[in-house]
Amino acid sequence: MKRVSVIGIGNTRYGVIKDRSFLDLAVEAGKKAMADAGITTDEVEAFYLGNYAGSDFINQNHLAPYVGAALRLRRDIPCTHIENACASGGSAVREGILAIGSGTAGKVLVIGIEKMNTVPTPKVTEFLAKAGDWEHEVKVGYTFPSAFAMMARRHMHQYGTTREHLAAVTVKNHTNALKNPDAQMQKLVSMEQILNDNRVVADPLRLYDCSLITDGASAVILADKGTARNLSRKPVDIIGFAQANDSFALYQKDDLTRFDATVEAANMAFQMAGVKREDVDVAEVHDCFTIAEIIAIEDLGFVPKGEGGPATLDGLTSLNGKFAVNPSGGLKAKGHPVGATGVGQIVEIVEQLRGEAGDRQVKDAEIGLTHNLGGSGATCVVHILARC
Amino acid sequence: MSEKASTKSGGYEKPLPEFRPETKPYWDACKKHEFSLPRCKKCGKVFFYPRALCPVCMSQDLELIKASGKAKVWTFAIHHMGPTPAYKGEPPYVVAIVETQEGVKMMTNIVGCKPEDVRIGMAVEVVFDDVTPEVTLPKFKPIGK
Ligand SMILES: CC(C)(COP(=O)(O)OP(=O)(O)OC[C@H]1O[C@@H](n2cnc3c(N)ncnc32)[C@H](O)[C@@H]1OP(=O)(O)O)[C@@H](O)C(=O)NCCC(=O)NCCS
Repeated sequence: MKRVSVIGIGNTRYGVIKDRSFLDLAVEAGKKAMADAGITTDEVEAFYLGNYAGSDFINQNHLAPYVGAALRLRRDIPCTHIENACASGGSAVREGILAIGSGTAGKVLVIGIEKMNTVPTPKVTEFLAKAGDWEHEVKVGYTFPSAFAMMARRHMHQYGTTREHLAAVTVKNHTNALKNPDAQMQKLVSMEQILNDNRVVADPLRLYDCSLITDGASAVILADKGTARNLSRKPVDIIGFAQANDSFALYQKDDLTRFDATVEAANMAFQMAGVKREDVDVAEVHDCFTIAEIIAIEDLGFVPKGEGGPATLDGLTSLNGKFAVNPSGGLKAKGHPVGATGVGQIVEIVEQLRGEAGDRQVKDAEIGLTHNLGGSGATCVVHILARC
Repeated sequence: MSEKASTKSGGYEKPLPEFRPETKPYWDACKKHEFSLPRCKKCGKVFFYPRALCPVCMSQDLELIKASGKAKVWTFAIHHMGPTPAYKGEPPYVVAIVETQEGVKMMTNIVGCKPEDVRIGMAVEVVFDDVTPEVTLPKFKPIGK
């Protein structure tokens, strides 16, 4: 397969965005990515849209041509919507890579987007819960906070993970987000503040363990490496990528402290990339809840099983630690516009590998990884990128 | 064809199970306060949830067996902030995964004790909640409570 490069990136601000429609957000991110790549709309030969629940949040289906038309894309190209819950963005990027690899498209636009602040929080929770098993989980009062609370409780039970370990993820990610002008959360929070905050969402998880309800869009332009070399921007190569799946419902899993889909996707992506875990300088991982980041760094093979909490508390994953995790602020503090997240992760890693991440730049970053999880882990997409 | 159990009865507003040909016998047993689990007559697998094909061997030759109703709490969460609209006013409530003596896991609620008294490994038994005239839901409570 042809090697694929990221030649352009674009983000909207992430946050509660009242003055932009779904289409305005998508167009803004898409146009920024094209401008960054130095290409015109007419050069885009395929378009993939990652979105989770436009049909719920904005009552709109047939979303890819909806956005494609607003962008005035060429008529002779495919516009395709990818839905894989919170991994919709990562899966959309993967489809873009395959379109180039197959030779059917030269340059591909991928946009991830979600506009979530259109309904009150309980309704958001209900829409998100549809990524779980409606009939056998959601009907008994299950939600995503309770799903990850149940995993956290098992992780605490099996490995002695503590609230302090969880809080260390929050402190780090809020600190990083403060250096990211696009991040939703611009507020430092101390370990003490978190441990004394008693706003319980789903025990053992509290307010500061949760990601945010976010509006936002992210976009990338992909091209084959040959084309990329002739463009003005410094391309970043995608050297490994993989997607895997797992039991759909949480109660059907054998072990709640591990995501098999992450383990499988990571193994395949590392094999394809031909690099080792210790070669990775920076990673954007799916911290939809604090426990998810701890499990992610274990599943990805960065730390041994059960040591994700202590490693985070020890600063291993902070901006100037051994390998930086979620320099953008992650889902916790940059925000989690569900369908945008997987694309936004790629945008962050490309900025890091180009050396353009400003105050949150990870020094000499050469290899980066993204980890995007869907539902209670039934989908996982991993990408490994390298500066060339 | 699916027959939705009445949602009007008694002001119960949470989502109700759908009665379909393959699920109706399970719900009928619950209504009689009998806890049953589907079993494949061909390969012997006991499983949850009720369905038309065995999840292991795909056989359609299935039966419902009377189950012990005894289980252990595998994990749980106590819901406070931000439940779905259907569960408004309900918190704190416990969502748990229990493993029954027959070795199947299911998502359920733990009732009959204070949420903070629930523990991993706690022995629980089925208790039936007649939520509408047509629908009875199985939940679990600590044994001896
Ligand atoms: C945790 C949650 C329920 C809070 O929502 P809410 O009760 O509507 O909270 P509000 O928006 O009213 O915010 C109340 C305060 O808490 C803050 N806040 C809200 N969510 C926060 C979070 N996740 N972390 C830290 N602070 C948060 C707000 O900024 C606000 O602060 P202020 O009083 O200083 O202005 C909601 O953010 C949530 O459901 N998050 C998880 C989203 C999710 O499940 N995503 C998918 C994952 S798979």
